[in-house]
Amino acid sequence: MHKYTTNSLEIKNAIQYCDFMKTYEEINNKIESGSAVVLTADEVIDYVDKKGLDEAANEIDVVTTATFGPMCSSGCFLNFGHSKPKMRMTEVWLDDVMAYAGIAAVDVYLGATQLRYNDPANMNYPGDFLFGGGHVIEKLVAGKEVQLFALSYGTDEYPLKELRTYITIDDLNQAIMTNPRNCYQNYNVAINCSEKPIYTYLGKLKPNMKNLTYCSAGQLSPLLNDPYYKTIGVGSSVWLAGAHGHVYSEGTQHASACERTENGVPSEGAGTLALTGNMKEMDPEFVRGVSFKGYGASLALGVGIPIPILNKEILKYCTVKNSEIYASVIDYSSTYPAREGDIVCKLSYEQLRSEEVEINGKKVKSTSLSSYSKALKIAELLKDEIKKGDFALSKPYKMLPVNQGMQPLNIKKQGGAK
Amino acid sequence: MSNTISKKVLLSFSGIASDKPIVSELIRKYNLEINIYRAKIGNNEEGHMAIGVTGDEKLVNESLKYLKSSNVEVKETETGLIWDEEKCASCGNCLTHCPTKALHITDSHSRRVEFDGSKCIECLSCIRNCPFGACKSFF
Ligand code: SF4
Ligand code: SF4
Repeated sequence: MHKYTTNSLEIKNAIQYCDFMKTYEEINNKIESGSAVVLTADEVIDYVDKKGLDEAANEIDVVTTATFGPMCSSGCFLNFGHSKPKMRMTEVWLDDVMAYAGIAAVDVYLGATQLRYNDPANMNYPGDFLFGGGHVIEKLVAGKEVQLFALSYGTDEYPLKELRTYITIDDLNQAIMTNPRNCYQNYNVAINCSEKPIYTYLGKLKPNMKNLTYCSAGQLSPLLNDPYYKTIGVGSSVWLAGAHGHVYSEGTQHASACERTENGVPSEGAGTLALTGNMKEMDPEFVRGVSFKGYGASLALGVGIPIPILNKEILKYCTVKNSEIYASVIDYSSTYPAREGDIVCKLSYEQLRSEEVEINGKKVKSTSLSSYSKALKIAELLKDEIKKGDFALSKPYKMLPVNQGMQPLNIKKQGGAK
Repeated sequence: MSNTISKKVLLSFSGIASDKPIVSELIRKYNLEINIYRAKIGNNEEGHMAIGVTGDEKLVNESLKYLKSSNVEVKETETGLIWDEEKCASCGNCLTHCPTKALHITDSHSRRVEFDGSKCIECLSCIRNCPFGACKSFF
């Protein structure tokens, strides 16, 4: 028997539950034969309560988790094919939204938060940001026509210097959604302690803490059901807006070394996932351009992630309830912009969902930016696909870092970076 | 026996009809209480008005007939605020900004958002606070 020098909860849990019960292969075989037992992360709570952990862990093969909300670090690689004569596109706009063309001749990356050419932004504060990269991505997925305008300096083998045409997603050779940061494990709750309204990526916040906004699917959210990334890792299959995609890397700003409650659940952002999937397979209901007054444009996405119930420990994590998940309330008028660490308080998702919470004796209206209703729908859709044998799980080939911090950016004088 | 009713109606008219003092007619001729939620009347352009009328049922119906005969388009079931159910993602962001709970959660489990036009006072704050562009104004 090994001797553990650390007494972290994670290791204690590992000893308690080390009896492995199922493998990915066994679960996939059951899925293929159409006999897998699948529950959503919402249903599993009562189910385990009723049956007990042991019996439930034997029965259940997969728990489906999901989330739907704005995910700014999203975008897509597009390949247009070659015009006649050929062109090495150096500047590209889709419906007047600039795409990054600093890659091969007719490849671009279109980012979700890129604004349309000539958008007045916050010149008329608060700006409306009615159309950006996320809206172009929504149009493409919905099969709508988009204008492509491209410029080039011209070369011997790519002589064309200017092109304007109209395309749909069917005209593209590839449209691969590639999102460096999705599915934040948990997220800040934003409040405004100042005396004037502020406009943020979490919506309009009224002065003097009149309202707050949270943004998580809580007990249904993927990484809150797998707090130590025991099944969700690099290579895991995910349902990305209807496409069968996968996790291609840890997400940017993945910061797993964070404050956690006793059940292992982080009370701050913590883990993130980098996701990719074929945009041609996506369902437009779950790919939606969004505009935040005074802040900018973005993309709201629906993601579903299946969790294989390999053992009791993994199932135990999936039974986490809104009342056991806490998020930090942060003042977006002062501490957030100044990058200071203070928090106003911590609230559970059960409290946040009750529409009105009390902070320092003051009644505060609470609303969400993440759609629980859409997340539930996704968890059900994914459940049905798995039950029908249409969606297989994949074993990650690399686990996500469990103890990784995040560095700030320090502003230095030249030569100061060594 | 008189039966008092309240109704929300959306009136649209061309520049010619907007010359007529239709609101005062409704008050004087039909003895109605009028609540103007919102109006937009341009010079020689089309105009729109979202109003609430309260009064005797018979007189309310007669007044609507009068409006129609004066070249006013009357929509009895519509509000000037258009909520697009397809576009609404039920995120809930509008809920704190809607003063009357016209936009509300249907049940606490599914948390689906719905719109009840009879409660809408046309403040338009949902338009400014809906990231998904689900709320629009008819005028
Ligand atoms: S216009 Fe005002 S009252 Fe009507 S639904 Fe929108 S926020 Fe609510
Ligand atoms: S803010 Fe818009 S999308 Fe969100 S619930 Fe309200 S109407 Fe629906």
